[in-house]
Amino acid sequence: MHLDHKDTFPERYTYSAAAPVRPDGTRRALRIGLGGPVGTGKTATVAALCRALRDELSIAVVTNDIYTREDAEFLLREAVLPPERISAVETGACPHTAIRDDISANLEAVEDLEAAVGAEGNGPLDLVLVESGGDNLTATFSKGLVDAQIFVIDVAGGDDIPRKGGPGVTSADLLVINKTDLAPYVGVDLEGMARDAKAQRGELPVAFTALKAENGVRPVADWVRARLAEWTVGPA
Amino acid sequence: MSRAALLVLADGRFPAGGHAHSGGAEPAVAAGRIKDAATLERFCRGRLHTAGLVAAALAAAAAAGCDPLLLDDAADARTPVPALRQVARRLGRQMMRAARATWPDPALDALAAARPRGAHQPVVLGLAARSAGLAPLDAAYAVAYESISGPATATVRLLSLDPFDATAVLAHLAADVDLVARQAAAAAERVATEGIDALPAASAPLLDITAQAHAAWPVRLFAS
Repeated sequence: MHLDHKDTFPERYTYSAAAPVRPDGTRRALRIGLGGPVGTGKTATVAALCRALRDELSIAVVTNDIYTREDAEFLLREAVLPPERISAVETGACPHTAIRDDISANLEAVEDLEAAVGAEGNGPLDLVLVESGGDNLTATFSKGLVDAQIFVIDVAGGDDIPRKGGPGVTSADLLVINKTDLAPYVGVDLEGMARDAKAQRGELPVAFTALKAENGVRPVADWVRARLAEWTVGPA
Repeated sequence: MSRAALLVLADGRFPAGGHAHSGGAEPAVAAGRIKDAATLERFCRGRLHTAGLVAAALAAAAAAGCDPLLLDDAADARTPVPALRQVARRLGRQMMRAARATWPDPALDALAAARPRGAHQPVVLGLAARSAGLAPLDAAYAVAYESISGPATATVRLLSLDPFDATAVLAHLAADVDLVARQAAAAAERVATEGIDALPAASAPLLDITAQAHAAWPVRLFAS
């Protein structure tokens, strides 16, 4: 793993997202982070993405739970991926630290997944999803860890969240507003949320989802496919 | 030598994974052995003079230029429970990643290649200190301080302890940190003439036992 010439790729010392190629010169897997408050559907989005994309892409998942392995175990129980493609990072009561300020444990989990899946002879990974433990509206992923990030909120958390903004809402590469099927029951105005999100995010995309519905994750899956297409044609 | 490099290395925000570990404070809090600032101080003093001293001496020896692979074996011999050996190696790997990015050095590359799953954290930290141009005593200070600052920070989160009280505990222990760092550096200096057995082998059996048990908890805030 450490055989590459150090002067050619000095950034490779950290194997961070800054280095887009593997030691053998091929382009590494695209890394997408998913963050957002507790209970908005991050794990459900990851599970649905795996189901939607696993037949066309080689996928692995890193979870960052706050105090259990519950998210990893949910994904295992749902059998969205084989166990060797799911890894849980422990975050010491600070999930945002593990995805932003000290990304070392997550980088190791990503590398180990790339190595383990590669060693099985299944070819390289195409996509690694890094799921944050449920946290606050200020949680964002380091650019050293992921290439793009998705922020997941839901309509039941209140329609004022897009208006309130915060780094996740304003700067995530994709804002997912989940549980649109609940909008009539909680008196939420989806068009108002869309307007507020537009005001905060400008041209950055927003996806409204209802994961309980058939193909509910489709807008997110399509966005991931588009990111992957861009990633694959990038300079190796 | 830049003394400021020591501040970078010893900063609790140095991105080498320490934030996810309680240094044994989580099981001690659960058992009621840490319940306030006074008991936190007792816990920290005990850890500093046992596990802290051993780790500080390993780091000082690595910073002094002792063979890191020999030191890694010595660290294994001084870490009786598998859970703590695994934690030390995992944190060593994370420290290695941060150190190679911060103070690039062929000596770090060589140890990373020899121990791809991670060498013991104090050995890596000592080598990182050497790469940063720091002295063995500096490395000993960084590790001795970390052996108490980790549990203190974790206890603030676990008990909602007043952070000013927790920081005052660290200040009360400053003279003990001085003592342990000097002992560790002196032991490391003797390695050149007396061999690796000159390094201390103090142990804290309760820390070992509770660490092994903690590794099997289904629900916990900290990785160790």
